Amino acid sequence: MEFKDYYTVLGIEHNATQDEVKRAYRKLARKYHPDINKAPDAEQRFKEIGEAYEVLQDTEKRAAYDKFGSNWQAGEEFKPPPDWDTGFEFQGGGYTQADASQFSDFFESLFGNKSEFRHAESFQGQRPSFYGKGQDLHAKIIISLEESFHGSKQTLTLQRPSVDASGHVFTSPHTLQVTIPKGVTDGQRIRLEGQGSTGIGKGPNGDLYLEIALADHPHFSITNRDIMLTLPITPWEAALGATIQVPTLGGPVELKIPANSQTGKKMRLKGRGLSSSKISGDQYVTLAIMTPTPASKHDRELYRKMAEAMSFNPRSHLGMKS
Amino acid sequence: MKTDIQCTVFDETSAYCLKDLCRLCRVHAQFVHDLIDEGILSPQGTNPRNWQFGAVEIKRIQISIRLQEDLRINLPGTALALDLLEEIEELRRNKSLLEQLHSLGKKI
Repeated sequence: MEFKDYYTVLGIEHNATQDEVKRAYRKLARKYHPDINKAPDAEQRFKEIGEAYEVLQDTEKRAAYDKFGSNWQAGEEFKPPPDWDTGFEFQGGGYTQADASQFSDFFESLFGNKSEFRHAESFQGQRPSFYGKGQDLHAKIIISLEESFHGSKQTLTLQRPSVDASGHVFTSPHTLQVTIPKGVTDGQRIRLEGQGSTGIGKGPNGDLYLEIALADHPHFSITNRDIMLTLPITPWEAALGATIQVPTLGGPVELKIPANSQTGKKMRLKGRGLSSSKISGDQYVTLAIMTPTPASKHDRELYRKMAEAMSFNPRSHLGMKS
Repeated sequence: MKTDIQCTVFDETSAYCLKDLCRLCRVHAQFVHDLIDEGILSPQGTNPRNWQFGAVEIKRIQISIRLQEDLRINLPGTALALDLLEEIEELRRNKSLLEQLHSLGKKI
């Protein structure tokens, strides 16, 4: 078990006043709240901050923790001396509303596991109507555009808090195989009923909410359900028209480019986006004309011939004569 | 343990009545009314009996509960935080789209 330096976690000095502890906690809690901070480690930081505050906000627990002095470094292998808490009594008040089942082994070895009654307490606030139902869990999964397009099976392993027969809270890894239907889009959520924390007593399990994040794709970008692709074409394909192959998530399809197309022309491939069973998405192809770099004298001659034969001023709308 | 689970996707077609919404989010109807009065939720429909709530409403309720419990934010503050969070989300999306276009421009 690693020693945790709660003062460093909150970014305060060892002689900080109780008001300073509170202020530091509130500031960091706002900063790292997982609904606000999208960094992958935000949730972990938020839990650490909550744990540090749990100890330091209570003068008695803080005094006990301070007995270790500053000899310990964060991360150092740690075992509390057997009689370290002599003279301290942690029962009763002094605990915050934080969910202690989320706290570290370090915390638990010092202050015990108060989760059993805390768990019940958390239902006295805004979520009282289904007393005893387990907590909802939230997780994020990243899937590829191809997986969204075709639908996929994902295997997830989550740390799920449960309550055993004697009321103790423990976390255990839980593996799920989830069938994710086709056409899920970025930021969308999926609810898995009964896959959250185990219910208390005979209460039902909580639910699991999975938030979908779509991985970046080397070629395609996405707007809601529509797939966007910038398609390079040659000047002669643009001028004369052509039927060319276009990549889509479902494989290449043929697209007819009309004659006299310009860069920026947007064409729609209906139903080639992220379509669910109820709503369909499209693929939009934006043409981008590429001019070939002349590789030989002959190539340069062709350009010169075009310059002589064609009167073309792309800057006439800017009022430029040539 | 491995279990095969079917799931409910919250998308543009999701629609829940007040009763189902309360059961899903485990809140009292009064809490939903308070959020509507604050402008946090805007259900479809003219009166509580035919109100319909979508995926956005479910997410907003759940974030509201967490912000209130974890950060002791009151209702007007929650409304402001939610609006700002959505704006940030929108800006992030635009930013990544621009970055993608920019890198495409470099490739071409």
